[in-house]
Amino acid sequence: MSGLRVLVGCKRVIDYAVKIRVKPDKTGVVTDGVKHSMNPFDEIAMEEAIRLKEKSIASEVIAVSCGPPQCQETLRTAMAMGADKAILVEVDPATYEKVQPLHVAKILAKIAQENKIDLVLLGKQAIDDDCNQTGQMTAALLDWPQATFASKIEKTDGELKVVKEIDGGLETVTVKLPAVATADLRLNEPRYATLPNIMKAKKKPMDKKKPGDYGVEIVPTHKVIKVEDPPTRQAGQKLETVDDLVHKLKDQGLIPS
Amino acid sequence: MFRSTSAVVRSASYLTRKGDSKLLRLNVRLPAVTPSRAASAAEAAVSNDEAKDKVKDVEVKAKSAVAPGGSKSFAMNLFRGQISTEQVFPYPEVLSTDQKEELQMLVDPCAKFFEEQNDALKNDALEKVDDESMEGLRAMGAFGLQVPQDLGGLGLNNTQYARLVEIVGAHDLGVGITLGAHQGILLFGNAEQKEKYLPALASGEQMAAFCLTEPASGSDASSIKTRAVLSPDGQHYILNGSKIWISNGGLAEVFTVFAQTAVTDAQGETKDKVTAFIVERSFGGVNNGPPEKKMGIKCSNTAEVYFEDVKVPVENVLGGVGGGFKVAMNILNNGRFGMAACLSGTMKYCIYKAVEHAGNRTQFGRRIDSFGAIQEKIARMSVLQYVTESMAYMLSANMDQGSTEFQIEAAISKIFASEAAWFCADESIQVLGGMGYMRECGLERVMRDLRIFRIFEGTNDILRLFVALTGIQYAGKSLRELQKAIKNPLANVGALVGAGTKRARRMVGISSGLSLSEHVHPELKDSADQTAKAVEQFGGTVEDLLIKFNKKIIDEQFVLKRVADSAIDIYAMVATLSRASRSMKSSLPSAQHEKLMCQVWCDEASERIQHNLASAASGRAHKNFDTLSRISQEVVSNGGTFQQHPLGY
Repeated sequence: MSGLRVLVGCKRVIDYAVKIRVKPDKTGVVTDGVKHSMNPFDEIAMEEAIRLKEKSIASEVIAVSCGPPQCQETLRTAMAMGADKAILVEVDPATYEKVQPLHVAKILAKIAQENKIDLVLLGKQAIDDDCNQTGQMTAALLDWPQATFASKIEKTDGELKVVKEIDGGLETVTVKLPAVATADLRLNEPRYATLPNIMKAKKKPMDKKKPGDYGVEIVPTHKVIKVEDPPTRQAGQKLETVDDLVHKLKDQGLIPS
Repeated sequence: MFRSTSAVVRSASYLTRKGDSKLLRLNVRLPAVTPSRAASAAEAAVSNDEAKDKVKDVEVKAKSAVAPGGSKSFAMNLFRGQISTEQVFPYPEVLSTDQKEELQMLVDPCAKFFEEQNDALKNDALEKVDDESMEGLRAMGAFGLQVPQDLGGLGLNNTQYARLVEIVGAHDLGVGITLGAHQGILLFGNAEQKEKYLPALASGEQMAAFCLTEPASGSDASSIKTRAVLSPDGQHYILNGSKIWISNGGLAEVFTVFAQTAVTDAQGETKDKVTAFIVERSFGGVNNGPPEKKMGIKCSNTAEVYFEDVKVPVENVLGGVGGGFKVAMNILNNGRFGMAACLSGTMKYCIYKAVEHAGNRTQFGRRIDSFGAIQEKIARMSVLQYVTESMAYMLSANMDQGSTEFQIEAAISKIFASEAAWFCADESIQVLGGMGYMRECGLERVMRDLRIFRIFEGTNDILRLFVALTGIQYAGKSLRELQKAIKNPLANVGALVGAGTKRARRMVGISSGLSLSEHVHPELKDSADQTAKAVEQFGGTVEDLLIKFNKKIIDEQFVLKRVADSAIDIYAMVATLSRASRSMKSSLPSAQHEKLMCQVWCDEASERIQHNLASAASGRAHKNFDTLSRISQEVVSNGGTFQQHPLGY
C-alpha cells in the first residue's frame, strides 16, 4: 500500500501571546493590525502529519486554510514546516466573519474526497472561538470514523491506533482508514520553520479556491448577538485579623451569626 | 555578524600618508578666498540687487564647475558645505513587494527562536552558545543569511539582513558575534572560493573567523607581523604568525588571515604588502589558545590563533596579492550597517525594559513614569533609538542601491549606534534602579555585551578621525580644483566667483542659500532650516580649518573630534528628517510622534553643532586643547595622577 494522503487544517488565528481587545460595538474582537499565526493545535496536527511523512507512513501532506488572503502566510508557514502543497479557500474578510465550523467541515470533507485523502488531521479546536466542532463535523459529513483529542497516533495495518485524552485519563481507540483525527496538546512539540525552508516554501504550489468551488455557501446557522470582555474581578479587601473576617462574613450573612 | 577584532582602519595613518602626497596639496594663499578679497566681494554681493543676481547666476554655474570627482554621498559633500540629497531624500526604500513579503515571513520565526529557544543569560553563564541553541541556529539557517541561495544560504540583501540582525541584537549580542565571520569570502571570494567554502559555512557545519588583529597591531592594521612567503615552487605560501582576540578562533574551520607578503611592483621594487588568505584548519599548523575571559559577549568564543608553517595554496589568496588592506577595510566598512541595525534592536529591548518598569512602579504615591526625571530618560532613549534605526536602514538601502561611497556614513552609524546603545543600556538600568543592577533583569548583561561595540571593528576614536579626515580630504580636493582654476582664471571664472562669493557671504553672515525645506514635510521646515544652516556652517568651518592648518590638520585630533561630532549630528538630523517626513507623508499612525522626536533631535543637535564648530575654530578652545594635552603628558610621564594628595601623603 502506498503512503497515506494527509489533509491538515491550518486556521489563521490571533497569536496566542496577543492581548485580545473587544471591538467597541461588541460585534467581535479587534483583528486589524493584530499579530496572527497558525492555531497552535493545528501546528501540532501539521507536525504529526510531517512526522508520518518522515516515517514514510504518509506520502503527501496537504495544508488547507479557509479565510481571508492573509491565510496564505499561515499556509506558507505550514509548507515551511514540511507540507507538500497547500489549498487556500479564500473568503473575503466580511464573509469570513460569518464562517462557522459547519462551513469549514463541508469544505474539508469535499477537499478530502476530491484529493483521495486517507487521513484528515485537525487541531482539536481553534484558540480564537474554541468551538471544538470542525473535526467531529467533518467526520460525520464524510461518514468516516473519528479519533479526537489525540495524544498519540500509531499506524497499524490499515488502521490507526490513537490514544485520546479524555476526562480523568487516556483512552485508546483504533479507527479504520480513511479517518479524521484531531490533535491535543501533548501529541508532539511542533518544530520551528527554519529560514531556508521558509524560502523554499515560496516555491511550493498553492491552489486558490472559493467556497463555491466546493458547493458551499456561507450562510451562518447561528447568530452572534454580542461579544464582551470577561467581567473584571472586583477588588477585594484586606483585613487585619481573623475576627474581622468572621465579623464581615457574619455581617453579609455568609455564615450563620 | 561582527568580527571582534579591534582592528581598524589604519584610516588615520592611511590618510596621513595620502595626505603627505596627495591630500591637501593646496597652497593656502588662494587669492580668491583671502579674507580681504572675500570681504570686498561680499560687499559687492550685497551692495545692489543686480550684483546679487549676477552672483546667483555665477553660483549656479559654479555648482557644476566645483564638483570634481563628485560623490553622491551626503556625508562626503557635507564637508564641502553642499547638500547632496540623492541618497537621503526621500527616505530610500529598496525592497520589492516580493522581498518585503519574504522578509516578513522570516521575521516571526526568527524572533520566536530567540524568544523561546535561545537563552542569553544561560549562554552568558556557560561562556559559550548552548549546544542546543547552536544546533537551532544552524538549522534555522542563521549562518547563511547573506550567502547566495544557490550556495545554501538565504541570499538576503543588506536591508533584509539588517531587519533580522535587529532581532538578534534585541536578544543576544554574543550570538550575533558568533554568526558571521565569513563576510570576507562572501565579498571578495572568487567563484571557486565561494563554491568551495560558503555552503559549509552557510549551513553552520563549519565556522569562520576573521584574523587581523595582532598583539602589536590593533588600530594600525597595516603594521601586522604575520608573514606569508611564497614557496620555491610557487604553489604555496608558508604562513607564520599569531593573531589575538579572534572571534570563533577556537571553533572555526575556515580563517580569513591577513599577512604581509613581498610584492614586486612594476618598477621592480619589492615592498611588503598585506594579503588576505583563506586558511583551513586542516592545512595543519593552525592552533588556538584557550577562550579568553571577557567582560561581555561571553558566549562568543574569542581566542588567540597561531599559524606555524601553514601551507596555504596560492589559489587561497583572497582579493589578490597585496590587496589585503583593501579587503580588510571593505569587510569592516561593509559590516557597520549591520551593527547599527543590530544595536537598534538592543536599544528597543532596553526601552522595553525601562518602560515596563516605569509604567508599574509607584514611589511617593505616583507612578514613576509621571516624574520628569524618568520621562526625560525614556524620551531620550526613544529618540536615540529612532535616529539609530533611521540611519541603519538608510545606509542599508543605499548599499542595496549599489552605492560604494558610504564609508563615512558607515563609520558614523557605527559610532552613533554603539554610543546610543550604551546610553540606553545605562539609562534603562538607572530607571530600574537596583533591579536593573541585578543579573536576573538582563540589562546588566546587555551593558557588558555592549561595551565592546565602541572598541571593536574600529574604535570610535579612530573612526571619528576617519570620518573627519575622509571628509576633509574630499573637501580638499574641491579646493584643489579651485586652485587649478586660479591658474587659469579666464577659463574658470565661474568656479572662482562662485567659491569666492560663497565664502564671502558666509563671512558677513548671509546664507549662501542652502535649503532642505523643499525635501521635508512642511511641518518639519524649522528642523530642515536648522539642518541646512548647520551644513553651511560645517562647510565653512572645514574650509577655515583647511586654510588655517593645511595638511597639518591631520595632527589636530582635538579639532578633528569636534568636526566628526558635528558631521555625526548632521547626518543624524538628515536621516531623521527624511524618515519622519516619509512617515508624515504616508500618514503613519506614528507620524506625529516621529515628528516630535525629529524636532527635538534637530533642535538639540543644532545647538551642539554650533558649540562644536565654534570650539573647533576658536582660539580659546584651542588654548584648552593645548592645556589638556599638557595635563595628559604630565600625568603620563608621572605614571598616574600627578597632583599631591590633599592630605600630603
